[in-house]
Amino acid sequence: MLKQCEGSHAVAEAVALSRPEVICAYPISPQTHIVEGLGEMVKAGEIKDCEYINVESEFAAMSVAIGSSAAGARTYTATASQGLLFMVEAVYNASGLGLPIVMTVANRAIGAPINIWNDHSDSMSQRDCGWIQIFAETNQEAADLHIQAFKLAEELSLPVMVCMDGFILTHAYERVDIPTQEQVDKFLPPYSPRQILDPAAPVSIGAMVGPEAFSEVRYLAHAKQMQALELIPKISKEFEEIFGRNSGGLVRPYMLEDAETVVIALGSVLGTIKDTIDEMRADGISIGVLGINSFRPFPVSAIRRALSHAKRIVVLEKSLAVGIGGIVATDVRMALDGLDKRIYTVVAGLGGRNITRSSLHRVFRMAMHDQLEALHFLDLDWNIVNKEVDRERTTRRSGPIAENILRDLGQTKSNVG
Amino acid sequence: MFQVRIHGRGGQGVVTGAEMLSIAAFLEGRHAQAFPSFGSERTGAPVVAFCRIADKEIRLREPVMEPDALIIQDATLLHQIDVFAGLSPNGYVVLNTNRSFEELGLGELFKRFRPERLITVSATDLSFKYVNRNAPNVPMLGAFAAASGLISLKSVEAAIREKFSGKVAEGNIAAATEAYNIALAAKEAAHA
Repeated sequence: MLKQCEGSHAVAEAVALSRPEVICAYPISPQTHIVEGLGEMVKAGEIKDCEYINVESEFAAMSVAIGSSAAGARTYTATASQGLLFMVEAVYNASGLGLPIVMTVANRAIGAPINIWNDHSDSMSQRDCGWIQIFAETNQEAADLHIQAFKLAEELSLPVMVCMDGFILTHAYERVDIPTQEQVDKFLPPYSPRQILDPAAPVSIGAMVGPEAFSEVRYLAHAKQMQALELIPKISKEFEEIFGRNSGGLVRPYMLEDAETVVIALGSVLGTIKDTIDEMRADGISIGVLGINSFRPFPVSAIRRALSHAKRIVVLEKSLAVGIGGIVATDVRMALDGLDKRIYTVVAGLGGRNITRSSLHRVFRMAMHDQLEALHFLDLDWNIVNKEVDRERTTRRSGPIAENILRDLGQTKSNVG
Repeated sequence: MFQVRIHGRGGQGVVTGAEMLSIAAFLEGRHAQAFPSFGSERTGAPVVAFCRIADKEIRLREPVMEPDALIIQDATLLHQIDVFAGLSPNGYVVLNTNRSFEELGLGELFKRFRPERLITVSATDLSFKYVNRNAPNVPMLGAFAAASGLISLKSVEAAIREKFSGKVAEGNIAAATEAYNIALAAKEAAHA
């Protein structure tokens, strides 16, 4: 049924329709509305045979998720930012043990400095943790991906992280088609675990493995993720057959066929990019965009194929690998190894900075004329940067950077709007 | 695409107002997107929320920088931030005040914008009258519906019922209706 609702609400409904048996979560902005919504639904008896467990921290949330998933329960949790970092040890264990937990990450920056706004630093920090990571472009897709995520996770026996832009999606009201229970039941069979803690047939899960076989266990984790490259498009197609719309998949091309310049991005910024590309196309500029839906596993072949005709690539990412530059861009470079193409990295939208069409027009046109530096920070305010650099050059005890900059800006707290 | 920017202060239902506007547009079969300018909202602090309305899918995620309409829920913001920034010359302004634009020193607005599209309404007074609290967001939507003709009062009522129930819903509907009638009369007077 079509509904005008908040993204968090749409996700909560999609999770509820997936018949979770255990939901354990600790609230953190911007994920809070999702787990609050689920908590209310469990309490009202709207989700049958489901236990909502209030935990004392994110570390506990993931630990409970591991326990309940190992006991054979379909398990869901959600987090963001510092919350994800706090649960990291257990996050690695969940994937290492091959437990099909589904977790929403409502993407948000990581401190310091403290920042509650959106970027992709949190998910990207976990790109090597062994979880599948898929990114949603719209709230419709966020809802759909959660239903697909349970199927993907359980078929592979691997955990799946559904990444959606915090605030930009979680707090946006837009049109979402909420599926019926019949549709979801037809698509998603009951969970049939590969491994289960069952008192009637006791096993232990979580053995210590020494040098004799650790590499082999790790190799199998990699091989399993590679299987997802086949499974993700298959599940997306099955989803389309039942729900009548295209969601998910590995990559999403837009205006790509003849594009000389191709932008690559993840998540909700793809919408603004598409509008910008429409405007540039109207001016006769040959440009398109490739959205990456599956970041882990990274669809190397699909990306290489999609970019075969491109002359230059602009990877626009909401994350920064300090000391090298782009995170997504590094992976894209690997996918294009040996091909003669210019690749530009544009770091944008960090800590909630707005990504506007006018800035995108400027940076895409610079790239088109090959006037862009290899690593560009979108809308960076050099006055702010240079003032601090000067201060550090001239004063030994220059003080804390964040506080210095806020003082320069004439404000003691971050401005809204 | 029609873009609305709502200015107010934390506690005045700015975000809820944008959400209700998007629901009203959705109920009329249109695509709509509402979102706040995210921050650590605090009671009394300036808050901004946005709503886009279109006949096709809305993909754009940037904030509304060139609004077609402004809903200003708190007139004291006029001295604090440039609420009129980017407003289209054909734009609508709905301002919550019991004074006139001239009394507020905003007479020059009549030169920059179309006078019949500049509407004031005592939304705070109306919210106290009908729901006994400072919640100008709902009457402002009623006034906006009349001023712009973009959505019907009926859709505003339906959106109110999605967000509220019982006495609160009825009180808010009464407030929205009175604001709608005030704005409609002002609009007709300006045209006369």
